Amino acid sequence: MKKNNGEWTAIIRPKTGWFDIDLREIWHYKDLIFMFLKRNFNSAYKQTVLGPLWFLINPLLSSSMYTLVFGQIAKISTDGVPQFLFYLCSHAAWGYFSTCLSSTASTFTGNAYLFGKVYFPRLVSPITSVIYGLLSFFIQLLLLAAAIVIFALRGEPVYPNIHMLLLPVLILQMALLGMGCGIIISSVTTKYRDLTILIGFGLQLWMYGTPVVYPISQVKNIAPGFEQLIWLNPVAPIINNFRYAVLGCGEMNYTYWGISWIVTVFVLFVGVLIFSRFEKTFMDTV
Amino acid sequence: MNIELGLNNTANNNEVVIEIDNIKKQYRLGTIGGGTLKGDLQSWWARVRKKEDPNTKIGSKVYAKNEKFMALNGVSFDVKKGETIGLIGGNGAGKSTLLKLLSRVTAPTEGEIRIKGKISSMLEVGTGFHPELTGRENVYLNGAILGMKRKEVDERIEEIIDFSECRQFIDTPVKRYSSGMFVKLAFSVAAHLNCDIMLMDEVLAVGDMAFQKKCIDKMVSVARDEGKTIIYVSHNMQTIRQLCSRCIVLKKGEVIFNGDVERGIDIYLHNDEITAKLFNDYTDCHRFNFLTDKVLMDSLQILDKDMCHYKDDEKIRFKLKMHCDEDVKSLSLRFMIHNSDQMVVATSACIGFMECKKGKSYEKVFELDVTPLATGVYKVLPVLFELNELGEVIDCDGVYPGLVFEHEKTTDLNWKSKLYGDTALADMICIE
Repeated sequence: MKKNNGEWTAIIRPKTGWFDIDLREIWHYKDLIFMFLKRNFNSAYKQTVLGPLWFLINPLLSSSMYTLVFGQIAKISTDGVPQFLFYLCSHAAWGYFSTCLSSTASTFTGNAYLFGKVYFPRLVSPITSVIYGLLSFFIQLLLLAAAIVIFALRGEPVYPNIHMLLLPVLILQMALLGMGCGIIISSVTTKYRDLTILIGFGLQLWMYGTPVVYPISQVKNIAPGFEQLIWLNPVAPIINNFRYAVLGCGEMNYTYWGISWIVTVFVLFVGVLIFSRFEKTFMDTV
Repeated sequence: MNIELGLNNTANNNEVVIEIDNIKKQYRLGTIGGGTLKGDLQSWWARVRKKEDPNTKIGSKVYAKNEKFMALNGVSFDVKKGETIGLIGGNGAGKSTLLKLLSRVTAPTEGEIRIKGKISSMLEVGTGFHPELTGRENVYLNGAILGMKRKEVDERIEEIIDFSECRQFIDTPVKRYSSGMFVKLAFSVAAHLNCDIMLMDEVLAVGDMAFQKKCIDKMVSVARDEGKTIIYVSHNMQTIRQLCSRCIVLKKGEVIFNGDVERGIDIYLHNDEITAKLFNDYTDCHRFNFLTDKVLMDSLQILDKDMCHYKDDEKIRFKLKMHCDEDVKSLSLRFMIHNSDQMVVATSACIGFMECKKGKSYEKVFELDVTPLATGVYKVLPVLFELNELGEVIDCDGVYPGLVFEHEKTTDLNWKSKLYGDTALADMICIE
């Protein structure tokens, strides 16, 4: 039992300021994050024949398709890196970002039944989604590592390098940026469902505006000057630097990465503010 | 049953753990309608140009921009530690809204709620259960959702499983459970929560009778032995009687009663529309249409009191205003007194108190002794009537309920109206 010292443990008030966010509370609910992760994992592949094998099949098939379409048919250069590796790497990185975004974007609408019954810090949900996304992402990275070893043994030009140490920073940034965008969208979708439809093809358009299926050098060659615009896309430097660290393709770009970080922090900050604003009353509008 | 136990558990602790201070919750009507961004933009653009909103359905009621609906309209009350509060009221009275505010699912529009201790809600059993997970996994999951740490669930898991009577199936996915088992398990988790204040919404209406009784016993013991505070919402008055030590009746977003359980239930079940008033205006009242309408009552006002509450030997004095549309030679008045079950329990009459002339208004003061009535709330049907030459009663006017009053009877016997009736005659005397 809690000891009572005459102070209230909680005061529920109508209007709270924009900055009234209790992030420590989330830490108290770390067990809930853990249980949600377990639930997601256990339920994801229940009653499927192949089970967690799907974590592997999905990227393999997608990358093969990319290789066929963009590599063989469209003949887009991959800066000398084996096409399959290029697409496997790009697909993994972009895939994680887009999963973060799309899974957090449905936070309110998808959990309305639960949010409407019990209270827990709502940010627990998007955080869980982002962490859960890591699982399949890491499996893809393992797959990628295996592929790199195989290709390297065959003498193909693959150069993983010391910049790999930056991978955690890159992954963290993908998660934060994806979640930042996602929670903004989820807040707005409590009132306007239009954005839910937008997410599907919006993400696809964004992907083509990001050097995922092509290296940034291609843009430079074909449409000089246009690559500056691509760089300003906050995901572009992440994907580019990620690919450089893992495959040694293209080159690192720190300037635009810095800008990208500033955008990330800003988006996340705004996202958390809007999200906290909406979480208090979203049940009335959802 | 544990009625007595339920009633005694407020005794030793007077510490206030919840203070609800003038809480209001407002919902907007109509304006959420659009649903899509396009719709809202259209509506907005139409408003800007002062044109008709294209999203308003033709013929539907046009809601003003600021049309509001107050789900809760200034609710205030305190809850002390260890109390079990029954929250009752009709649909839309605001019970669930209040629980939602308490459990922080949504925020109030005005007012403040202060809480001491950890609050947990079992708003609906089984929310947060995942069908693919086993019973045991769901216990952990549900515990976490309700704010328990893994370690805390570890400590209680055996107790929870025993209570749920589902040990045999605990490692089976809950989608294979029967609905009864599902609910039993869900209730068990919630009942073993580590919290100070529990909110329950209609949760006991589940499971078989034996399990229901077990749940109530458990809740009673939780409140009494562990000092937990419970706020319980239900339409099942039996469970309210068994579990609650105090009753709060809500109506249209306002507290209309706060106190004794039986009284609260009475008010909720019967006196829904009525409150005891000193001044009863009859001008717009519904009248029975078989009356002759020769004389009509305008109002009835209680005199010499500031509450319609009468003890023994206190007489009801009231002033009756009426106007006459047709001559009546000998006008009489009778009071038909009804109990809370709408049964007539007694009648008192004043025969031929005046003669009235067409077009005139009258004011008369009466006095009535209600000492024989047992303790309770009574509703009066006052009827003006005339006796014709044959001694037949011809009713002129009647309003129900024309007056509501409460009588407090002092008897040495612990009077139970359900058993002994509503009339307590004067005590018998042993003469030999």
